[in-house]
Amino acid sequence: MATSQWWASESFWRKTAIWVTGGSFVALILLTMDTIPQISTGSKRVPAYSVINYRISYKFDETRHVQVPVIGAKEPLFGKELNEEEAEALVKLGKLTTQSKNCMNCHTLLGNGAYYAPDLTKSWLDQYWGTKEVREVQMLEFIKDPSDKLHNSMGRRMPKLEITDEEARGVVAFLKWMSSIDTNGFPYNFKSIEQES
Amino acid sequence: MATLGMLDSANLNGGQKLAVKYFTVAIVLFGAQILFGLLSGLQYLYPDFLYGMLDFSVNRMVHINALVVWLLYGFLGSVYWLLEEESQHEVVGLKLGNLIYWVLTAAVTIVVLVYLFVQIGPGKESSLWLINEGREYIEAPRWADIGIVVSVLVVFFNVAATFSKGRYTGIAGVLVLDMLALFGIYLAGMFYTTNISIDQYWWWWVIHLWVEATWEVMVACIMAYGLMKVLGVSRKIVETWLYIEVALMFGSGILGLGHHYFWIGTPEYWFSIGGFFSALEPIPLVAMVVHAVFDAGARHAKNSNHPAMAWLIAHAFGNFFGAGVWGFMHTLPQINLYTHGTQWSASHGHLAFFGAYATIIIAMFYLGIQRWRGGTWMSGDLPGNGWKWKWALGLLNLGMVGMTVSMLVSGYVQSQIERAIEGSTWMGYFAAQIHPWFVQGMWWREVFGVMFLVGFILLVWDLLTIGKGESRAMQPAVSEN
Repeated sequence: MATSQWWASESFWRKTAIWVTGGSFVALILLTMDTIPQISTGSKRVPAYSVINYRISYKFDETRHVQVPVIGAKEPLFGKELNEEEAEALVKLGKLTTQSKNCMNCHTLLGNGAYYAPDLTKSWLDQYWGTKEVREVQMLEFIKDPSDKLHNSMGRRMPKLEITDEEARGVVAFLKWMSSIDTNGFPYNFKSIEQES
Repeated sequence: MATLGMLDSANLNGGQKLAVKYFTVAIVLFGAQILFGLLSGLQYLYPDFLYGMLDFSVNRMVHINALVVWLLYGFLGSVYWLLEEESQHEVVGLKLGNLIYWVLTAAVTIVVLVYLFVQIGPGKESSLWLINEGREYIEAPRWADIGIVVSVLVVFFNVAATFSKGRYTGIAGVLVLDMLALFGIYLAGMFYTTNISIDQYWWWWVIHLWVEATWEVMVACIMAYGLMKVLGVSRKIVETWLYIEVALMFGSGILGLGHHYFWIGTPEYWFSIGGFFSALEPIPLVAMVVHAVFDAGARHAKNSNHPAMAWLIAHAFGNFFGAGVWGFMHTLPQINLYTHGTQWSASHGHLAFFGAYATIIIAMFYLGIQRWRGGTWMSGDLPGNGWKWKWALGLLNLGMVGMTVSMLVSGYVQSQIERAIEGSTWMGYFAAQIHPWFVQGMWWREVFGVMFLVGFILLVWDLLTIGKGESRAMQPAVSEN
């Protein structure tokens, strides 16, 4: 049977494949050029690292109908205000620590990673730390040696990962900064440390 | 041609001799993947098991890295396998190709040993260069990244140059461009940034544009070759289908990348773009099912290699269900808000990687062993009625479907209890993880994982023995023209 119809011909589909692929790729490049400035550090969606000098809350937004991070009054991390460079250095140490300790193969960050341990996106704001007064100390102690702390009834324990005091401070700074990113309402229905449980 | 039924490298052309080396490493890593998967699955049930020695993070990293590397080895092997036949020309730089194989394999071995025995480093860039980059799927340290890029570039030039000197077919054209894109995209994952939104933006370029775009086109090329080989479908038909696949796959998959940009800080317009295009991603997979099943039916399933044909059909359906249906189920942002980062993702990941990729590489293993034994009979009437390959096929597929469904049940519990009711807190996470339904899912996953392992052992046994001492030559594929 001769297939002479244009829609069944090899050359039509070859051309279609080339144009569709090229077109999609160009569209992706254009979208990327629009997105990258919007998620660069210091943008509206992804605040500057010095945001760790401020109180961060996660509040319901009436117009968007999701929770969004709200940056409030001054509340420096570990009681010490840092300038932009110092803040970046501390958050960088924290991010490097999360990578070199392989956090992502148990935890999720922004929902990506492994599912053996809780998500870290808004962990700075989690009620798990008790009250805001003890949060920083609790987090530091936990990160440095979680192995002897019974943290849940599942029996899963985070191992001791030889994290130094400075690295632990970096991790806390990184987590505080990450909680300020506008994630379009993820995670949903989150009850933060400031709310009644 | 050497004696039928004997494993003799004289039966293989130059590219195929190199291909079987890649296939051998691929099978070993496949085994490692299963082993470390079982270990990490067991840690869900017995958290103290290997605690402080081989923690979950290590086992899980080896599990997913072995997966990525064995599939890449399977692809490289498949490309070298079909290269000389397709181009009708000898591989131009076979010696270099062999050298690169050894370099790559040595690098992979070192990376795995460092993962297992060094595991973690201090919070410095040097740790990312030497030990582990700490980014899911592309954990390989930076020195290995550079080695991988150099190696695959050599493979690329080898393939492109061989096709240029010989015959440049439609499959060749798609394959060469796809390999260039596949390897080029890897570069997007090779830098450090403190900004985690930018980090994950480019990280997804690698992960998504591999598994939901360039890898899919890679297996479409292998499928085209496989159908010609096994069924004798005409080149005109498979190449036309290949172009349709490429148009649909890249047309939906490239912008489908947007479904990873819902929650990482990226703007809200990705909801519509990601939701719409990723919802189209199953279409090419349906097309592939139609293509494969129609062509098999048109020839009354008469083919020269029953196990390979069965695995090609398993690929068509596995790709459609695993990547297509299981992906579609949670791709829209309205549901993804509740499922993102739960066992849903693990459920989808398992069926998709197996259905789309593992299956078709196993089909290539069978084509490989058939030729290696001198082109023996592998149609009906095998000794023992071919029970080994049939049971391996059944156990591997049933084991995988069982694991997938188990994890999906656990995922339902998580999205309901942890996300919807408890509000995504750590306590919500713990509440879901100890729920009996969740725990049952994790148990069944382990049970089906063991079934999968038994299937794998049978598969290896079958690959080592099928066609041994066989005196009948292979059934020729029914030719069309």
